[in-house]
Amino acid sequence: MADKIRTLDQLRKIREETRKKMSIREGKYRFKITIPMGTSGIVMGAREVMKAFLDAIEEHGLTDVVVTQTGFMGSRNIQPVAIVEDDQGNKVTYGNLTPEKAKEIVERHIIKGEKVQSYLVLTPLE
Amino acid sequence: MMEELSLHIMDVLQNSLAAGARNVELEIEEDVERDRLVIRVKDDGKGMSPEELKRVQDPFYTTKRSIGVGLGIPMFKWVAEHCGGSFRMESEQGKGTMLEAVMRLSHIDRPPMGDLVDTLLGMVVSSPQVRFVIRYKSGKGEFVFDSREVKEILGDVPLSSAEVVGFLKEYFAENLGAVMEAA
Ligand SMILES: Nc1ncnc2c1ncn2[C@@H]1O[C@H](COP(=O)(O)OP(=O)(O)OP(=O)(O)O)[C@@H](O)[C@H]1O
Ligand SMILES: [Mg+2]
Repeated sequence: MADKIRTLDQLRKIREETRKKMSIREGKYRFKITIPMGTSGIVMGAREVMKAFLDAIEEHGLTDVVVTQTGFMGSRNIQPVAIVEDDQGNKVTYGNLTPEKAKEIVERHIIKGEKVQSYLVLTPLE
Repeated sequence: MMEELSLHIMDVLQNSLAAGARNVELEIEEDVERDRLVIRVKDDGKGMSPEELKRVQDPFYTTKRSIGVGLGIPMFKWVAEHCGGSFRMESEQGKGTMLEAVMRLSHIDRPPMGDLVDTLLGMVVSSPQVRFVIRYKSGKGEFVFDSREVKEILGDVPLSSAEVVGFLKEYFAENLGAVMEAA
């Protein structure tokens, strides 16, 4: 049984393959997605939203998107939230997210470069 | 309310990150024979003064922000104590914080562990600068994860890149699946 289970060693091969796919701008991401994971975010479903972003990254084979977390942000009634920032520093905030909306943001904003207007929130952040 | 213990765990881990921890240790121990489930988190974040430590465990004290926020710790404490267990926090300013929740495994109101895989994946991937050491112990064995090993292997390849995410997801699922007894 033990030898059937994945070991971290298998990551070496993944590293080599991913490095080949990574853009020339080494260590530079194209997009950063920041998800507030404070108590209210978690209660409202931030974990599922984060998972959906990661699943979409996996599904589309993306290697230049960084996902990070932060504490409480904005207001409780727009959680779960994701802040999407590109490498030029352009930043938008999406709110009231669901896993489906997160997937759509990856497919439209990250891959096609078009903001998903209807999920944007304009609430000032703390 | 949080319906899964793994959401409480995520909340507590997030507090450690918010406290600026560089090292976060999570230990989960299932002891079927003694009917005990122990969840312990230790960090080397900024810590709290004795007054702060008391305040953050008090459900009637609300922080700077709106009501309903800052209730993560009191909720977890309530769950542990309600489920035939105990809750304890120790902290020292400038040193770090330790939190331990104990529950009776068989208590009828004990929330299920829930999706621990998604919780750990989310935390580890989204804080690559932090070293997470995770131990899950049960009668079936022990799973130990050290995110430093992963980062040493990956070098400049981001943790949130497609194949790494896919791998870690399966890795946690298989290895936790092999040791987790209680649902
Ligand atoms: N591990 C820790 N180290 C240092 N301080 C902590 C730790 N855990 C909690 N605290 C303190 O307790 C406070 C309350 O934590 P709690 O999770 O209830 O709310 P919060 O983190 O401030 O808000 P939110 O979770 O909504 O972002 C924190 O603001 C922090 O000051
Ligand atoms: Mg918190």
